[in-house]
Amino acid sequence: MLEGVGLGIAFGGVRAVNGVNLRVERGELAGLIGPNGAGKTTLLRLLTGVLAPEAGSVRFEGKDVTRVPIHRRAQLGFVLTHQIVRPFREMTLLENVMVAAASEVTRRPWRALASVEVWPARQRALALLERLGIADAADKPAHSVPLGYLKRMQVARALALEPRLLMLDEPLAGLNYTEAARFADLIVQLNAEGTTIVLVEHNLGEVTRIAGRLLVLHNGAILAEGEPREVMARKDVRDAYLGVQAAHA
Amino acid sequence: MDYYLSVATFAGLNVILALSLNLISGFCGQVSLGHAAFYGLGAYAAALCSVAGLPMGVSVAVGMLVAGGFGIVTGFAALRVREDFLAIVTMGVGFLFLGAVRKQAWLGAEMGIAKIPSPLDKWGYAALAIGGAVAVLLLSLHVRRSWMGRAFGAVAQDEDAARSIGVDVSGYKIAAFFIGTAAAGLAGGIYAHMTQLVVPDAFNFVQSVTILAMVVVGGIGSTLGVVAGAVLLTLMPEMFRFINDYKLLVYGGLLLLVMRFSPEGLAGLVHRVTGRRLA
Ligand SMILES: Nc1ncnc2c1ncn2[C@@H]1O[C@H](COP(=O)(O)OP(=O)(O)OP(=O)(O)O)[C@@H](O)[C@H]1O
Ligand SMILES: [Mg+2]
Repeated sequence: MLEGVGLGIAFGGVRAVNGVNLRVERGELAGLIGPNGAGKTTLLRLLTGVLAPEAGSVRFEGKDVTRVPIHRRAQLGFVLTHQIVRPFREMTLLENVMVAAASEVTRRPWRALASVEVWPARQRALALLERLGIADAADKPAHSVPLGYLKRMQVARALALEPRLLMLDEPLAGLNYTEAARFADLIVQLNAEGTTIVLVEHNLGEVTRIAGRLLVLHNGAILAEGEPREVMARKDVRDAYLGVQAAHA
Repeated sequence: MDYYLSVATFAGLNVILALSLNLISGFCGQVSLGHAAFYGLGAYAAALCSVAGLPMGVSVAVGMLVAGGFGIVTGFAALRVREDFLAIVTMGVGFLFLGAVRKQAWLGAEMGIAKIPSPLDKWGYAALAIGGAVAVLLLSLHVRRSWMGRAFGAVAQDEDAARSIGVDVSGYKIAAFFIGTAAAGLAGGIYAHMTQLVVPDAFNFVQSVTILAMVVVGGIGSTLGVVAGAVLLTLMPEMFRFINDYKLLVYGGLLLLVMRFSPEGLAGLVHRVTGRRLA
């Protein structure tokens, strides 16, 4: 479904992503892990077009999309949620999701100008907020709600686009233990309903529990990939994590 | 009577200008410090057409298209620069327009274009300017309610987030520039026929700052607030004549005061006093 070939980019002297090849199969739930600064976010940004790769190419459903702008990829059903929340701050949570739910209408400015009908988008947005468990804050402005709400709003906004491939960058960060577990279950459910998902997470317990396959990124390159428990048992993977922790200590 | 009619006409033109800038800056979040250039483009284009013998309606329409066309070009330029740099680019557009017009013999250079045919009387121009203002007001209210308005809001508040949910940010910016500058061109066309004379200085930087001051004083983004701001700043120099000599100083100072003490302008004051948000 998605294929990245030889992807690379450097910031100043840092090779944040270096010659990464990866494939995501239709229908899978793949976990992408790696220590802080491994290049996970950068890799997602290269795949979705937020950043243009210095090397390599991206194919989505057989088409080369390396030069396709982000909004077109989103329209094709290839959606990313950012690690750092990016709400429309002056809008309510509901309005945030509504804009995405109306993407068929807002696709072309002139069509958007001709349409004032909010009802269908509103219903869908509200249903999504309910599904994410944040409908109680639907009418609160985004700048006034806690981070956990914004994280989930962001996922609701992504789902409103009815993505076929959803890339989630640390959706569980900032949630407490029960919230995280419930959210992880929701991700499994979405996947079962047919959405292909790539999940970047530091919550290793939850990723190994729900992911069908694990990819480990280290220093901008794929260090290991395969069945989650086997991957986590590998010595080089453990060393990669321990090395970072040792360096931080 | 003539005096009041001409004040009413200018109030109408200023409402059109302020609302049209509000569409670009208030709705879509794109700063513009050269809005007078599009007012001027509409005026010059309409003047040329009328002098060439076209009927006024056609001339005004051509003025709108010319202004809107250059607005699209400016919009494309806006896509290439960062937000804070856009202020400088649009200011540059304003100076470029003035510099170019001043040197063109076929545009009358410093002397401008005179003897523009004037088919209406004072009542006619007042009605036209106010009718135009009402039309742009209704358009603004409609845009705000439509999905275009919501998408503009998304672009203004976070471009990257807007892109990631499939909003064609570039397309919306260009649409905002087109609608806003074409409306400014409408004001220019009416102005040219009413005064029968266009000169470069009517569309200088002071005029751009004046339009911006109307928007900011009224409350950037609020349609009704901006209408109030435009009317207020039209009447002020009429009541206090000295303002005309110190326009840049007074309006510049007003801009800073509002930014500092009531960033949401008159609309913000109304909101604070009555608890209700203006459209
Ligand atoms: N825009 C940027 N400019 C400069 N350096 C950057 C930029 N973005 C990322 N980097 C660097 O690239 C490397 C990879 O960063 P990235 O954010 O992709 O890591 P990550 O795996 O997502 O980390 P985390 O788990 O902390 O989110 C880091 O060394 C980071 O400092
Ligand atoms: Mg990251």
